Amino acid sequence: MSPSRTSLLCKLAACTALAATAFIGCDKKKEAPAEAPKPQAFKVAFAYVGPVGDGGWTFAHDNARKALEKELGDKIQTTFVEKVPEGADAERVFRDLASQGNTLIFGTTFGYMEPMLKAAGDLKNVKFEHATGYKTAENLRTYDSRTYEGAYMAGVLAGGMTKTNTLGVVGSIPIPEVIRNINSFTLGAQSVNPKIKTKVVWVNAWFDPPKETEAAQSLLNQGVDVLMQNTDSSAVLQAAEKAGKYGIGWDSDMHAYGPKAHLASSICNWTPYYIKATKDAMEGKWTTGKAWWGVKEGAIDLVSISDKVPAELKAKIDKVKAGLKDGSFVIWQGPIQDNTGKEVLAKGKVADDEWLGGIKFFVKGVDAKVPGGK
Amino acid sequence: MEAWALQVAATLNAGTVLALAGLGLLINERAGIVNLGAEGIMLMAAFAGFATGVHSGSDFLGFLAGGAMGAILAGTLGYLVIWLNANQYATGLALSLFGTGLSAFAGIKYTQEKLGPRPHFEIPFLSKIPFLGSAFFKQHPMVYLAILLALGIAWFLYRSRAGLVLRAIGENPESAHALGYPVRRIRLSAVIAGGALCGLAGAYLSLIYTPLWVEGMVSGKGWIALALTTFATWRPGRILLGAYLFGGVTMLQFHLQGQGVQIASQLLTMLPYLATIAVLVLISRNPAWIRANMPASLGKPFFPEG
Repeated sequence: MSPSRTSLLCKLAACTALAATAFIGCDKKKEAPAEAPKPQAFKVAFAYVGPVGDGGWTFAHDNARKALEKELGDKIQTTFVEKVPEGADAERVFRDLASQGNTLIFGTTFGYMEPMLKAAGDLKNVKFEHATGYKTAENLRTYDSRTYEGAYMAGVLAGGMTKTNTLGVVGSIPIPEVIRNINSFTLGAQSVNPKIKTKVVWVNAWFDPPKETEAAQSLLNQGVDVLMQNTDSSAVLQAAEKAGKYGIGWDSDMHAYGPKAHLASSICNWTPYYIKATKDAMEGKWTTGKAWWGVKEGAIDLVSISDKVPAELKAKIDKVKAGLKDGSFVIWQGPIQDNTGKEVLAKGKVADDEWLGGIKFFVKGVDAKVPGGK
Repeated sequence: MEAWALQVAATLNAGTVLALAGLGLLINERAGIVNLGAEGIMLMAAFAGFATGVHSGSDFLGFLAGGAMGAILAGTLGYLVIWLNANQYATGLALSLFGTGLSAFAGIKYTQEKLGPRPHFEIPFLSKIPFLGSAFFKQHPMVYLAILLALGIAWFLYRSRAGLVLRAIGENPESAHALGYPVRRIRLSAVIAGGALCGLAGAYLSLIYTPLWVEGMVSGKGWIALALTTFATWRPGRILLGAYLFGGVTMLQFHLQGQGVQIASQLLTMLPYLATIAVLVLISRNPAWIRANMPASLGKPFFPEG
């Protein structure tokens, strides 16, 4: 074999290896500072379920990571791994991150619960932070944001803007968190417009743009004129834009994806929590627990409200926001009925976090049944 | 009524991706070549179409890029399986995996890009007819192009001399070779044409249907299109019908959910695939039927010397 042939083969092998890494799909990136980090730099790692470019959930987490770096400067060094599948593979990623010297690890999806719990059991010197889960350990705590507060404010907006009195939600997966958001959205809409009805379509995925498009289209065809979504891409908003109807951005500010249709975006801002958690760990104040942050802590907001929204309606949203901030307003306060007419929360009673975590019914006004429910 | 008209419109729209890809694969298979790379080709074309659309601002150029990407990839497959006689199934599968990976890799930068305002089409006068207007005459030109293509391909296969030659090659390449037809070159052009159509389907997906780029966004449509050729027993008209049927099932599943009909949505998600299997079983039970339509040399290598 001639030398040139050998080098060609080597190139081919290199190409194959390159392609193989692309297939595995667990792209690893390190954002290291230009010069070698000082030995005392505190290492923080993030594991994301989606690509950072999803424009929604993972994008919001990664923006918070960047903000964290900005805030704490060269005292910390952050790393992230994107597209980590939920399940056993995730555990390997957590162990790998720990072995690289990361002493604080964030996992940003529900499905990391068991893998994180296992890794935390062995790696006692590492602090684990798990988003949206419910299991904790001495070195594993959970954090979440009250997305339903954003959904409620979006509901107020939708209820005030609809002309057909029919709202639609593209749901991802029928778990309590999403059901709670759909309910809160409906309660918000009813607070300004008692006649509204909410239609729900499930796509059984967090991120599947063609399916999200089809689901949105089907809702629009049935007379829905304001769409809400609990899925991660901007496809639903784009479907509303195309049909000349309204949509609401979710998780990140999606204004640019459908400037005409976009009424507002309900966003999660993870920055305050990431800064607090990192400082806790650096200063040795870290203890296990469960954090559930909302408008009050600056973790949830309704942003980029469209100029099409009348000032009167805007004022109502500001009032709700102010009430949530100072605690004078509570969304889940009785009397609340489910959509079969049964009272689920008695008059004057305020739902606690545990109750909110187990919602498996739709409130009155939601024109759907919970999948798998009675 | 209007709701159902919109439902029909959405069904036509959803079926167009499958129809374009299915028609392309039909041409391939009529010439005796199976292209299992459809999924990968469509992904690469969806990426190429979207990227071109973003940079040029022109959907037309986007479609052109998608079609060209499809033609190039299919041409590569054609060279491998027709001249080098690589196994068609293995090569196609490899192409599919390769296209999936490469499009994800190349598309990283484009996941947050946006296309300009999406065009809105309606046919003057016709679109004003109640029901029919909203159902049929407010579609993107590609929807009509798919229907015209089905008619054109049907004419080509059954009414033109070139179509007769193409079918003859698919049935018996040795005889066609003996009669002096350039079997390999004709097969290659069929594969390239089929790839270009798969490419258009991919570009339609990322430019018009879901105007964004996400890795893996074709999500199995390439495989359904492959099944569709068998489902349609290699007839262009039936391809069109099957494409709308599958498109309709997808839309119907969401429509029923919106109506509050209590059917497990997971079950409904499976429907297109179940329908494919059911039809495959049904037509395979009638050997005369499937044999009368299936190109006899499908998937088999051809050696002109032998």
